[in-house]
Amino acid sequence: MNFLIELYQFLKVRKKWWLIPILLFLCLFGWLFVFTQGTVVAPFIYTIF
Amino acid sequence: MSSILGISAFYHDSAACILIDGKIIAAAQEERFTRIKHDPKYPYNAIEFVLKFSNLKLSEVDQIVFFEKPFLKFERLLETYVAFAPRGITSFAKAIPLWIKEKLFQKKLLFNKLKSHDVNYKSDQNINFSDHHLSHAASAFFPSPFDEAVVLTADGVGEWATTTVAIGKKNNLEIKKEIHFPHSLGLLYSAFTYYSGFKVNSGEYKLMGLAPYGNPIYEEKIKTLIDIKEDGTFRLDQKYFNYATGLTMTNKKFNDLFGQRPRDPSNEKITQFHMDIAASIQKVTEEVMIKLAKSVRKEYGIKNLCLAGGVALNCVANGKILKEKIFDNIWIQPAAGDAGGSLGAALALWHIEQGEKREVNSDDNMKGSYLGTEFSQEEIEKELKSIGANFDRVNYEDLINKTSEFLSNQKVIGWFQGRMEFGPRALGGRSIIGDPRSDKMQKNLNLKVKYRESFRPFAPSVLRDDVSKWFDINVDSPYMLMVANINSDKKIKMSEDQKKLFGIDKLNVKRSEIPAVTHVDYSARIQTVNTKDNKRYYDLISKFKEKTGCPVIVNTSFNVRGEPIVNTPTDAFNCFMGTELDYLVIGNCILDKKKQNSKFKKDYKSEFELD
Repeated sequence: MNFLIELYQFLKVRKKWWLIPILLFLCLFGWLFVFTQGTVVAPFIYTIF
Repeated sequence: MSSILGISAFYHDSAACILIDGKIIAAAQEERFTRIKHDPKYPYNAIEFVLKFSNLKLSEVDQIVFFEKPFLKFERLLETYVAFAPRGITSFAKAIPLWIKEKLFQKKLLFNKLKSHDVNYKSDQNINFSDHHLSHAASAFFPSPFDEAVVLTADGVGEWATTTVAIGKKNNLEIKKEIHFPHSLGLLYSAFTYYSGFKVNSGEYKLMGLAPYGNPIYEEKIKTLIDIKEDGTFRLDQKYFNYATGLTMTNKKFNDLFGQRPRDPSNEKITQFHMDIAASIQKVTEEVMIKLAKSVRKEYGIKNLCLAGGVALNCVANGKILKEKIFDNIWIQPAAGDAGGSLGAALALWHIEQGEKREVNSDDNMKGSYLGTEFSQEEIEKELKSIGANFDRVNYEDLINKTSEFLSNQKVIGWFQGRMEFGPRALGGRSIIGDPRSDKMQKNLNLKVKYRESFRPFAPSVLRDDVSKWFDINVDSPYMLMVANINSDKKIKMSEDQKKLFGIDKLNVKRSEIPAVTHVDYSARIQTVNTKDNKRYYDLISKFKEKTGCPVIVNTSFNVRGEPIVNTPTDAFNCFMGTELDYLVIGNCILDKKKQNSKFKKDYKSEFELD
């Protein structure tokens, strides 16, 4: 719950409401990304993520 | 009493530091404990160390601060994918699980990890999040000897910012301007590091070291990648790069522009092409930094400059800014990379958020960067006995006398004294030292001790009082972050034939009275040594000067290629036995290689993944 409050506050301060559909999409389908990956590896040659 | 624990983690160079009443008490990088170079994991061991050093339990710590803001980083990630879509779908599919699983919930993740230090730590209410570049800027300004300064930070990327200009005054620090991702000087340099076949995030030093062997003939081509304005601001043409959404730094267009594919280090040697590339990107980087420095000097009229962020570790560029005399004074955070973010985050919380006063010290408040672990003489002897080392215990005078004698006989020595350094440089706490007058020292140290590429230069430690007699610099450079040239009277002129030599062949020419620390362009990365920060090291160099007339010694980090700098007497002994070091001097103990049991010798070279 705290996480959602903090996320809401963040979006409010940043005025990035347009990110909400993307976040909802990730909430709905994010598990697919998670569970279709065998292992989570830090995949990048430069850790910009 | 008020305490703040600063943490940087999860990307590279995890670290922890602790402040008590605003004073820096201890700081260390996690890699030193886990023995994994640039370890990005939660810095459990570093936190344990700083807590133990300050006699605190985690539940007694007043505030905890993480060095950046995960939500803001996630925002950048999403916006970047949206901006570049549909490119980057593969990268997206790899990055998102990582975020959904843990990175987005970093507060919870941190809280859970922190609980493992103390069962009485029960609330996450004291966990704070700083801003990546504010942390860098704070790490540069608050410990600096300046009441007021312009603070310039530049690195790969934080949340959005890649380069910032901030103004620090008394206990306040405010970011005035930012350049945002994907336009990044750090990433540009990293792209060329990758292209030259070095590992991103650690090979940047190698590229900088390689630059003097080349000619900057690709400077104009690089300027098709980067549009540099008069004030030093810049934009990168993204059609040549792949880092924003891909899994490599550069792309085919980039290769086509320079006419070669990225070098494969496993089967391709470094050629003149790579040296010229290195020289060119170095020149462009210097141009950006100098233009930025000039424009902020003019705009704000402040005479002091502080630097931090990974780009501030480019000591050649720092030396050029100094030489241009743009600012009256320059101070650079020794832990300029992400490790120093832990320190900056804590200092920002103390001074900016809590409004606490700042005491400006005429030197600085970094304590020489000797903020890490230390071992008493008793602990050293106990540990050495337990691992079967054979050593002689001597008094202070004998220690200095004998070690300087070994040095003057051109022996190579592991020097382990006092507290470990915080930041990437060894400054006489965990160092390998040698005689700079030897013309074989550089090659021997590189190939037989450090097991690294023969082209790489070594740095001199020089007595502060003598620095201007040997180098064209007369300022403090205690953290080895300034490059200057050897004075003309110490140079040995090259013959016409020698001048015609190319690249690494130049290395075999004796170019000065101290060839082991003279790069092919007569430059040297200088550490000035004073008696206040490290008396033992100062006394050693003074004694060496007394014996030889030379107030300079070679100083390189106590490790081999790919290994983090040694942390404990056991690490030091292992490195000593695994390399061709002649002596190891730990505390008041002297270890002679010839007196050690040969069963401890091992193939050390392959123990660490090459960087």
